[in-house]
Amino acid sequence: MPSNTTPGLSPDHFVAPLEDTPLRAVDAVDESEKPRSSWDDAWDAMKTRPLFWISAVLILLVIVVAVFPQLFTSTSPTSGASLPDSNGGPESGHPMGFTLQGLDVYARVIYGTRASLTVGLLATVIVTVVGIVIGSLAGYYGGWLDAVVSRIGDIFFAIPTVLGAIVLMSVLPSRTPLTVALVLSLFAWPQIARIMRGSVLGAKSSDYVMASTALGVSRFRILLRHVVPNAITPVIVVATVSLGTFIVAEATLSFLGIGLPSGVMSWGNDIDAARSSLRVAPMPLIWPAAALSVTVLSFLMMGDVVRDALDPKARARR
Amino acid sequence: MTDTSTRPEPARAASSTTPLLEIKGLKIGFKTQSGYVDAVRGVDFTMMPGERLAIVGESGSGKSTTATSIIDLLPGAGEVTGGQILFEGKDLTKASAAEMQAIRGRDIGYVPQDPMSNLNPVWSIGFQVEEAIRANGVATGKQAVRERAIEVLKEAGLGDADQRLKQFPHQFSGGMRQRVLIGIGLSSRPKLLIADEPTSALDVTVQRRILDHLESLTRDYGTSVLFITHDLGLAAERAEKLVVMYKGRVVESGPSKEILANPQHPYTQRLVAAAPSLASQRIQSSIAPSHSHGLEISDEGADDAELMARARQREEAGKADADYIRVENLSKVYSIRQGGFKTTELRAVDDVSFSIPRGTTTALVGESGSGKSTVAKLVLQLESITSGTVSIDGKSVGALRGKDLFDFRRRVQPVFQDPYGSLDPMYSVGNTIAEPLVTHGIGDRKSRQARVHELLNQVSLPVSMVNRYPGELSGGQRQRIAVARALALKPDVIVLDEAVSALDVLVQGQVLDLLTDLQTELGLTYLFITHDLAVVRLIADNVCVMQKGRIVESGTTDEIFADPSQQYTRELLEAIPGAAFEFGR
Repeated sequence: MPSNTTPGLSPDHFVAPLEDTPLRAVDAVDESEKPRSSWDDAWDAMKTRPLFWISAVLILLVIVVAVFPQLFTSTSPTSGASLPDSNGGPESGHPMGFTLQGLDVYARVIYGTRASLTVGLLATVIVTVVGIVIGSLAGYYGGWLDAVVSRIGDIFFAIPTVLGAIVLMSVLPSRTPLTVALVLSLFAWPQIARIMRGSVLGAKSSDYVMASTALGVSRFRILLRHVVPNAITPVIVVATVSLGTFIVAEATLSFLGIGLPSGVMSWGNDIDAARSSLRVAPMPLIWPAAALSVTVLSFLMMGDVVRDALDPKARARR
Repeated sequence: MTDTSTRPEPARAASSTTPLLEIKGLKIGFKTQSGYVDAVRGVDFTMMPGERLAIVGESGSGKSTTATSIIDLLPGAGEVTGGQILFEGKDLTKASAAEMQAIRGRDIGYVPQDPMSNLNPVWSIGFQVEEAIRANGVATGKQAVRERAIEVLKEAGLGDADQRLKQFPHQFSGGMRQRVLIGIGLSSRPKLLIADEPTSALDVTVQRRILDHLESLTRDYGTSVLFITHDLGLAAERAEKLVVMYKGRVVESGPSKEILANPQHPYTQRLVAAAPSLASQRIQSSIAPSHSHGLEISDEGADDAELMARARQREEAGKADADYIRVENLSKVYSIRQGGFKTTELRAVDDVSFSIPRGTTTALVGESGSGKSTVAKLVLQLESITSGTVSIDGKSVGALRGKDLFDFRRRVQPVFQDPYGSLDPMYSVGNTIAEPLVTHGIGDRKSRQARVHELLNQVSLPVSMVNRYPGELSGGQRQRIAVARALALKPDVIVLDEAVSALDVLVQGQVLDLLTDLQTELGLTYLFITHDLAVVRLIADNVCVMQKGRIVESGTTDEIFADPSQQYTRELLEAIPGAAFEFGR
């Protein structure tokens, strides 16, 4: 350690030269950096991960296929059946072969996307909206409202989604993508509501809520403007993942013959139809099953990436 | 030398000439996605056996990083990137994991910062003390370990130690837990004890008792102590040598008394100037006081009757002003569920009365659990009053509902303790400050924006801040934003609940200056809640000391500090670290 030679100071009194550590103003603001919200941070965390781009491209592709199936095939999935081709292998113009009915498998997989995705999206939107509304009201206002809502949620929570849906679908007079989505939502909303309630309970006891109360902001407005935006991230994560599981649930119901009517093209229906001839011709079953898996997988991967980006604790564990 | 304390020089300090710990050119970096970020950029200091040394610095100065690197406990991404740590001549940066494990605990003890999270809640205290004893090979055999554990707790100042062994951390107060941790840290009679902010989470009186105890223990054992602290007063009182760190470097080091009396580096000078101590006076505003609520007497030849009337008027105004905020027999009772259908009552605030004259600051001082924050919430009407009244400007606040309550919110604003919690992380700074204006429907978008800019200027922050989010700001900057938000509606009263307690000394000084200037400029009345008497001296005109929900003493700041009549107040005053020092200013 350099000793000091300034008169009046003891020899072991060391003073660093000022140029080594230039003094900055107390608590100076660094204006050079660009302002960023927590959503910007999440985006930065996501965009560096290959998994995000892979799943994003796949999801985008699935959506485009669902909206514009005619872009991907000119073969009709419902007409032009040729019985001689029944369960036939791939040939030119029919890359995935034929179904038992002699229809083009590729065209059916392409056209089946819409029903599967519609049910998945509808159910997710309904569940998320219902779950957020009910969960945040219960968590925020508490008291008897919370008690009643939580018990009702528990009742539905106790019934397995698919089992409940099987029972309900078998007595429903009409079966459309909307009714399937509604039935699935009926049994799935408590999960989102529970998560939202817990998250709201955490956010409502924070100091910024007390600060807003003291400013005179009304209770409901605090819920809308401060509590919900801060409580919503875990719900977004679960919703992304659940989109995949709803598509699976629809396929399961259709496979059991009580989901979408057999007239509606969907992967579940096609898997069901190909089941009988699985031993002789596995391909008509494998192709729609593969489409289903890839779609579900891409939503699950997306859910994973979103969770990592929105939840720094999960990121640190990785 | 201006030291007035009578501490004897340690007998061992000069007995040896080989340093116990020598740190040479230490550099520590944290690995991030974009390479290494330097936390410590070349630190040198030397400790002799039996010496006490304190590293002082603000948060982010690298003081804790330096200390944890000595026992190789740097957090995950941290790494020593250069320099040497010589402990009894052996370079610890090159020691293997096994060698480090042998040194840790046995030769170098460590007392962590937070007593609440550093004891495992699922194991009994006895188990955790015995674990440390066994790990350091201090004693072997069930009986011997048990006996040593009891001894350790007794030394740490826990009376009925054999009973205490069976208890769990949640049955201990914060101070008792810290005693246990100190006991564990000293259990193997280490040559060096590293105490990382050992008492900053504790009440001042508890802090003093624990530090006194630590001092006598280490003096008896001849242990060297390395203190890490942000508190210059505490450092000077407890250590012979000071190392002042700033931005990862040592800016000044040497004998404590000399540095305090004669700080050389501008940063140290700043720190010494900002340290709240008994020698300091109330901060005087740099702005000339306004006479917005004083009546001017015109010197034109007015007749006697008119003069008399005016004098009377002024007197009445003064009287009303003296009781601007009036708290009378205020009580708050919480009922606590005790399992089953039983409830017990907790009197958080018990028959409290005081009043605050307009345009002045009254501080409510007390330790945690004294009910001071509850009083703040009652005044702000964030909790309902059990009995008694709070009136502001002659109006009782307890009965306010609907529109009246809304108007009351406009006049009385809070600033809370935790600058990390009181701002919504999803709201930009601009939206946060504008929120009260939007809520009360004041102005249009354009005029609100102008007002936000004006407020940012008032709290000396650049206008470019409006688009930033709280997560990007420092604690002091957030607290200034919170002050700006509180000012937005031009309130008459601001309730500051531990508003500067979480801030570094320099930043704290800056916020206190700001508050003083604003008071003079805008004629604000402050209710200032704090546990820190040193800060009270800087900001308050009047003081009420609270203990267990009651006010035990009240008076003007000068009276209380010069002549405290209650034992409790005296204890609080004595507990201010560095109280015995006169700072070089």
